[in-house]
Amino acid sequence: MENSGGFSFDLCKRNGWLVEKGIVKPPSFTKTGTTIVGLVFQDGVILGADTRATAGSIVCDKNCEKIHYMAPNIYCCGAGTAADTEAVTDMVSSQLQLHRYHTGRESRVITALTLLKKHLFGYQGYVSAALVLGGVDCTGPHLHTIYPHGSTDTLPFATMGSGSLAAMSVFESKYKEGLTRDEGIKIVTEAICAGIFNDLGSGSNVDVCVLTKGHKEYLRNNLMPNPRTYVSAKGYSFSKKTEVLMTKVTPLKERVEVIEAGDAMEE
Amino acid sequence: MKKEHASFNPYDNNGGTCVAIAGADYCVIAADTRMSSGYNILTRDYSKVCKLADKCLLASSGFQADVKALQKVLGARHLIYQHQHNKQMSCPAMAQLLSNTLYYKRFFPYYAFNVLGGLDDEGKGVVYTYDAVGSYEKVGYSSQGSGSTLIMPFLDNQLKSPSPLLLPPQDAVTPLSEAEAVDLVKTTFVSAAERDIYTGDKLEIVILNADGIRREYMDLRKD
Repeated sequence: MENSGGFSFDLCKRNGWLVEKGIVKPPSFTKTGTTIVGLVFQDGVILGADTRATAGSIVCDKNCEKIHYMAPNIYCCGAGTAADTEAVTDMVSSQLQLHRYHTGRESRVITALTLLKKHLFGYQGYVSAALVLGGVDCTGPHLHTIYPHGSTDTLPFATMGSGSLAAMSVFESKYKEGLTRDEGIKIVTEAICAGIFNDLGSGSNVDVCVLTKGHKEYLRNNLMPNPRTYVSAKGYSFSKKTEVLMTKVTPLKERVEVIEAGDAMEE
Repeated sequence: MKKEHASFNPYDNNGGTCVAIAGADYCVIAADTRMSSGYNILTRDYSKVCKLADKCLLASSGFQADVKALQKVLGARHLIYQHQHNKQMSCPAMAQLLSNTLYYKRFFPYYAFNVLGGLDDEGKGVVYTYDAVGSYEKVGYSSQGSGSTLIMPFLDNQLKSPSPLLLPPQDAVTPLSEAEAVDLVKTTFVSAAERDIYTGDKLEIVILNADGIRREYMDLRKD
């Protein structure tokens, strides 16, 4: 197939064909069936996330981090395929760092937004990352959502992931303009908890990140509402241990002789 | 483009996990009480354990509508049995009846994964484990449902069962005391709830012994 430029999706077509013919099974990914949220309050932006990562019906990480660093004044919550959210935020945060070296100024949230949506649009939704981007820059606080296909929204409060409906029900009933920091954290925590308890894809703990002018506060495991409910008094033993059959230590031969050259390099 | 017409799917999986352990003079049957569909919790308090006869309990996960229908059929058959024989059905008899009932619907199966637990005629614990179309086996312990892949290897490690090929046949009952078995069941469910999203909310443990039936409840993770 002839491409006049831009991206080639030949391999996507090939993979689709292989799956359709039953020749291969597509690999499964670690999906962070997630609840992520963000809101604008009187002095900035608050982001929130749960900490469960799943692969199908199995929990593969009970305490993962879903609030990613973008710039000192910008953070980003990620839902979707774990590898994609991680990779896309890392790539863009690297570009933002280089941009800061070049300009010598603080990064702006719209810069991050544009870089993210360009990348995601270019991959036509195949990079499955659904993001909530928040930050405070010289133009004030900003909150955006970004969909895997590259469309974006600018909102005073936002939710994403499989628990987005549960979380949004809390925001829709409790959000108002000009919230204080503590009120904001309380609503964000409550919204994440709604996702944790009512959506099976979300669970474990609540992470919160508060971004204000010139300051950030990352509250890792701000709330841990799921402690272990039972621990057996006696514990369990596993009888058969790995046996040591032979003990022999062979030291590595010195191939290179290291000579202390003293202060030869100091000139 | 391949043409496809919309199709109706009569099955759903409501998740949940069941465990049963047979001892020398007791049987412990346990299941969580979460009922879910996809990423939604339908209810946090739904019993999966059903009393079929005085000394026979059935725990089932899978599609709860089918489970309900299956329980109704077994209940009706047991009522007829009582009228005809003027006694409760024994646990081995109920085990065979369940197998027949499942196989009767071989080509439109009950989407139910069952563990039958009870006491035999001598008062010894028995556990029967099934697939959806009626293949069954008498065992010392078993686990079925969404968390069974997490629980079964742990039970195997703790309660190694004798090979069914041994001659003379060995007793399948576990060496644990009743209290130890209940403790083991609690541990398995707490661990399964940590890693299986369809297991959680509450654990219902039903203990069957010479004194009768006793129920215990314990909280599990609610996320």
